[in-house]
Amino acid sequence: MNIIVVGLSHKTAPVEVREKVAFSPNLIEKPLRDLIALDEIVEGVIVSTCNRVEIYATTRDIAGGISRIKRFLADHHRISLESLEQHLYSYHSESAIRHVFRVASSLDSMVVGEPQILGQIKTAYGYAAEYKTSGIILNRFLHKAFSVAKRVRTETKIASSAVSVAFAAVELAKKILGDLSGKTVMLIGAGEMCELAAKHFLNCGASGVMVANRTFSRAERLADEFAGEAVCFEELFDHLHRADIVLSSTGAPHTIIGPKDVEAVVRRRKYKPMFFIDIAVPRDIDAKVNDVESAYLFTVDDLREIIQANLAQRNLEASKAEEIIEQEIAQFSRWLSSLESTPTIVALRGKFDEIRRTELDKTLSSWKDLSPEVEKRLEALTVAITNKMLHTPTAVLKQSGQGGRADLYTDALRQLFDLQTSHQDDGELELELEEE
Amino acid sequence: MMSRIFFYCTLALYGGATVAYLVYLFRTTPVLATWAHRLIAAGFVAHLLSTIHLSVLTGQLPITNMHQSLSFFSLTIVGAFIYFERTYKVAILGSFVSPLALLAIIVSSALPDEFKHLSPILRSNWFWIHALMAFVSYAAFTITFATSAMYLVQEHFLKKKHFGALFRKLPSLDTMDDISYRCLTIGFPLLTVAIISGAIWSEQTGGSYWNWSDRKQIWSLITWFIYAALLHGRLTTGWRGRRAALLSILGFIVLLITFIGMKHNISW
Repeated sequence: MNIIVVGLSHKTAPVEVREKVAFSPNLIEKPLRDLIALDEIVEGVIVSTCNRVEIYATTRDIAGGISRIKRFLADHHRISLESLEQHLYSYHSESAIRHVFRVASSLDSMVVGEPQILGQIKTAYGYAAEYKTSGIILNRFLHKAFSVAKRVRTETKIASSAVSVAFAAVELAKKILGDLSGKTVMLIGAGEMCELAAKHFLNCGASGVMVANRTFSRAERLADEFAGEAVCFEELFDHLHRADIVLSSTGAPHTIIGPKDVEAVVRRRKYKPMFFIDIAVPRDIDAKVNDVESAYLFTVDDLREIIQANLAQRNLEASKAEEIIEQEIAQFSRWLSSLESTPTIVALRGKFDEIRRTELDKTLSSWKDLSPEVEKRLEALTVAITNKMLHTPTAVLKQSGQGGRADLYTDALRQLFDLQTSHQDDGELELELEEE
Repeated sequence: MMSRIFFYCTLALYGGATVAYLVYLFRTTPVLATWAHRLIAAGFVAHLLSTIHLSVLTGQLPITNMHQSLSFFSLTIVGAFIYFERTYKVAILGSFVSPLALLAIIVSSALPDEFKHLSPILRSNWFWIHALMAFVSYAAFTITFATSAMYLVQEHFLKKKHFGALFRKLPSLDTMDDISYRCLTIGFPLLTVAIISGAIWSEQTGGSYWNWSDRKQIWSLITWFIYAALLHGRLTTGWRGRRAALLSILGFIVLLITFIGMKHNISW
């Protein structure tokens, strides 16, 4: 049995294509059932996010399975295979395992280290488990992927670096103010990025929000949202000294906060540091504010620099993550190949033992006056012969890795010895291997 | 002989720790900081043993000449550093403090160690209180100096928007300001006690509490006034951050002058 992956992502397809092949989570049952109804496909999971659409499946026929899934994607979304194919990638066996481990660990994400993707794969797997389209291999495979992702998360710092302007702003604020608990945020104007940043500051422990807006009703509405306090725009400077963090994004054509204002505010605060972020274009806060004692002004461009530096750091962590993934691939591949060969080995041994027993019984029943001593010896002899004969093939089977050779051997053995291995044994088998 | 062996062990361990801490300034390898800390902690143990050994041998604290005093200064600096490093988890503090401790002990090892018994008149309890308090306050002020220097570096990065590796390793301005303040509140009362006990000791030996021609007493007083002003400014008008850092650095320079000056002018 082989694991295959077919899909497309932000790396291979523009958003126009991605949205065309996306699966709606509410309507995932039918495509899942259609998928495993295909002759070539045994188990299947469909992952669909705004950045990627991927199908994980198991098949006996790698090439056939992959091309069948490609056609399935095109047919299901009623687009031509020719136009879709250029965006599709496919992996099988070890490279498929690697791909899924990397995706789950957020190494393949647009923003490397972002945490959402793992949850999305878990949800996708949840559907497949619910509709029973995933079986022993994919169950084990995806659980493994989740544990790999967890290992990457805990053993590397890949997720800890800032991933957005809001993260970067909080990180910078912590470098100035230390612990954010008990700190107050002042929002001036209403920009989406400012609101997002304010939310993030609150998540990271900041305790209060003030909102100032030229339209007071808007300030009130936003203040309600944060359980904060609305401030009259004209009275801004009466309240500014209470703010440790100032986020500004008004549409004002000229600066609204100058160095003189901030000097007065800072003096009133007894020089407790103040952190300003100016997101507005044109700028709201005079650049000279940065020269005022205990005042630190940052623009979005400054934050970008932090984000860039974080990316470099993250690439370093990513190589550590890749190492973890390689270890886990080796481990999982061993399990997969043992899964392949174990039923065959068991069946083969059963077959040999059956032959041995029949022949032994035949001999013993026709042989009169046999002492129990000799009987025992004969029994031992036949066991020894079958064991010796089976030793090498068993060892070779166990050692042959996943993919081509193991399949070839097991298929040959099954045919040569007319072995029956049923899938019903899989459950018990899994338990057995689990215990190992 | 025993204390010699301990002393050279200390020197080697402090040296290794300092090298590791300095490399850590430029290379972000957490393992480096861990090992640097282990080295300096091992050095501290060796240093402590050597000091105790010497004390037992001579029957007095080894602070009777410049060689011993510098070594003792180094010991208190490292002790204070280990305490603050563990409390605040600021590994990079080592990169600023360990060179000072190493410098003190290197200069110490270069100076002659002549053993002198204190004359009975000088063997006053006030002398030992004075000396011990002074050393502990110096250690606290050394940490203040280091965190102030770190503050200025980090503030420079923040104002000029240089977000490099060192920026990441340095703690927040708030943390450094906090450590500086903590050390100031420990160091200042101890310095006060040291000056007062020193004056009492001076009365016992020289007959007067204060001698305006004694340069050591004058410099001590200047040091005291600088730190007093700093503490006052902090408590009332909110002198913190940059101003406090600059004043702390000034205070430390004056303190060094006091420290180096005093032994040359006093003969016992």
